[in-house]
Amino acid sequence: MSILTLIIKREYIARVRNKSFLIMTFLSPLILVGMILLISYLTQLNSEDKRTIVVVDDSGQFETVFFNTDQTTYLNLSDQGLEAGKEVAKGEGYYGLIHINDNPAVVEDAVTFYGNETPSFSFIGDIEKRIEKKMTDENLIAQGIDLNTLETAKSSIDVQIENFSGETSSKMSNWVKAGFGGAAGYLLMMFIIIYGNMVMRSVIEEKTNRIIEVIISSVKPFQLMMGKILGTTLAGITQFSIWVIVGGILLVVLTTVFGIDPSAASAASPAASQAQQIAEDPGMVIELLQEIQKLPLLQLVVGFFIYFIGGYFLYSSIYAAIGAAVDNETDTQQFMLPIIMPLMLGIYVGFFAVIDNPHGTVATVFSIIPLTSPIVMLMRIPFEVPVWQLALSITLLVASFVFTVWFGSKIYRVGILMYGKKPTYKDLIKWLRY
Amino acid sequence: MNSLLVADTVSKKFGDFTALNNVSIAVPEGSIFGLLGPNGAGKTTLIRIINQITMPDTGSVTLGGEPLQQHHIRDIGYMPEERGLYKSMKVGEQVLYLAQLKGLSKADAKKRAKHWFEKLEIGDWWDKKIQELSKGQAQKIQFVVTVMHQPKLLIFDEPFSGFDPINANLIKDEILQLRDEGATVIFSTHRMESVEELCDHIALINKSNKILDGEVNSIKRAYQNNTFDVGVQVLDETAFAKAEQELKAAFKVTPAHFKSLGNERKLRVEMGDKSTPNELLTTLKNHGQVTHFMEVIPSVNDIFIQTVSQNK
Repeated sequence: MSILTLIIKREYIARVRNKSFLIMTFLSPLILVGMILLISYLTQLNSEDKRTIVVVDDSGQFETVFFNTDQTTYLNLSDQGLEAGKEVAKGEGYYGLIHINDNPAVVEDAVTFYGNETPSFSFIGDIEKRIEKKMTDENLIAQGIDLNTLETAKSSIDVQIENFSGETSSKMSNWVKAGFGGAAGYLLMMFIIIYGNMVMRSVIEEKTNRIIEVIISSVKPFQLMMGKILGTTLAGITQFSIWVIVGGILLVVLTTVFGIDPSAASAASPAASQAQQIAEDPGMVIELLQEIQKLPLLQLVVGFFIYFIGGYFLYSSIYAAIGAAVDNETDTQQFMLPIIMPLMLGIYVGFFAVIDNPHGTVATVFSIIPLTSPIVMLMRIPFEVPVWQLALSITLLVASFVFTVWFGSKIYRVGILMYGKKPTYKDLIKWLRY
Repeated sequence: MNSLLVADTVSKKFGDFTALNNVSIAVPEGSIFGLLGPNGAGKTTLIRIINQITMPDTGSVTLGGEPLQQHHIRDIGYMPEERGLYKSMKVGEQVLYLAQLKGLSKADAKKRAKHWFEKLEIGDWWDKKIQELSKGQAQKIQFVVTVMHQPKLLIFDEPFSGFDPINANLIKDEILQLRDEGATVIFSTHRMESVEELCDHIALINKSNKILDGEVNSIKRAYQNNTFDVGVQVLDETAFAKAEQELKAAFKVTPAHFKSLGNERKLRVEMGDKSTPNELLTTLKNHGQVTHFMEVIPSVNDIFIQTVSQNK
């Protein structure tokens, strides 16, 4: 067995045997689902607060507008006047008071909310919408327009999207694409950070265990660094493959379940909360699953592997160099910025530019620049990217990872033998010349 | 005698700092060679160059007559000063891994590991993790890792630091045995007294320069200065005081320190070439009972200090 294979094997086994790897692989999907459920439960809990609101309507036009709901009870005290109403609303159990002036159509600032706390945007928006609707209706009636006529005259349009080869897609499909692309990009960022950190920690471990000099008297530092990076990559790929297989099985199971008997769906669905919300409308679930199946899933998975490996190589050699430069993990902070910045940039560009316009200039450029391309391109892949862009992006990525691996190994080579010094950027540049 | 390892005018700079300045050493085959000098002298840099961890700026190193190449690392066993093992890896796996990195096949590595584990009576550690072992126990594993691939050249940087006296002795014996079986050994240390008695040859390095090298005995002979520690049970104090004055006028006389049960006067007399031991003995025996008369052989430490101060 060659030296490199030996190192890769050792690093792979060390990663995979680690407890945190097992936990991350098998527990984190469960934790994720749990978190989503918990958050949606908490949000529900948050808005479930019952509140009573006093209404003082001087105009007398809006009585019908403030009807009680599950969460809100309105107490109309219009006949007692504003001051008396305020006194009541200040009491225990009241959320606040809405006051409407005598002639809201003419007077400015006609509607006021009094309360102890600042009310939520959604609450204010709701009140505004109700009053506006009522006033608009009144105006229409005053203009002699029959509301029923207006209602029947309203129409709605849904633009169908179809490409020239005849494939149709819906808005839903766009959302699914954005969702999958975003998830893949985000996952990739997490992978780079988590696995990059693993490489860094393992380099630091070798330094603090003082085994490093024993090892590099047998192998070249470059071999050790590459072995470490490759071994950890394989561990990452193993983890992702497990997720893909589990996810695939889940998808197949869901499709069959929904395909055979949609009414049993909500009972049989173990999947996440979005499925739960959608489950009320089985037709939509099927559509969602169909859309997922229509995605270029293979391209997405292959893209994920390519960009994971490329992006991970790019970053992990920097991580390895940082690990070699310092003595302990706390000293790494100062060097983290150059790694985190482009990753964050990639994520933001991805979530704002790509989802808004997947083939716009910003999205295209950032999907070609190597430091951000893994994330941004991955987000674009579901929207079908021209081949030349993919090719250019991958070529640049490969070229730049060759560069960072070279650069990283230079620093690594010197850094692993430096003890007890907290290096600066200046030192690192000096090391390049050793 | 053939030299196994020859370093020829090796220099190495780190930025503006010169770590080695035209250092040449020749390590005879089958000998124990002491690379001695204070901390920061450049010993470790030289060893790292021999191990091809760093490359020299100028100069060359040959092993067995060939310029150093990648495959030579298999002929060298190196125990660095900064040493350690993977804490969470099992002892056996670790030993096999490190031996395979040195080019042994897995089967070979297993066989030899078993042999060493039996020899050092540590067979039951095979499945333990390093973190479960004591520091001294881990050092034994470290030793096994260093020697397992039967290297021609063994290099120990600060060999006995971290070993308790019992283990240090055990390891010392093992090293001597390996030497007897044909291995060449380099000890590098700043604690010169710890390896002095073991070394056949030494090289002294100070501030990146080699200041002295050669066979230990001939170096010592060159530095011995006809110096004797004497002990005299004095009969007549006044007479002896006078004799002491005379001695002090002729030679360098300092108080000597050695163990004895009586209350004799103890002196160290450096005669140089001005007198002979017999003359000194004659002078002394007239003033009392001579209970102690021993030549002082300079320690490497003394020689080092003397050379450094001479070179200033």
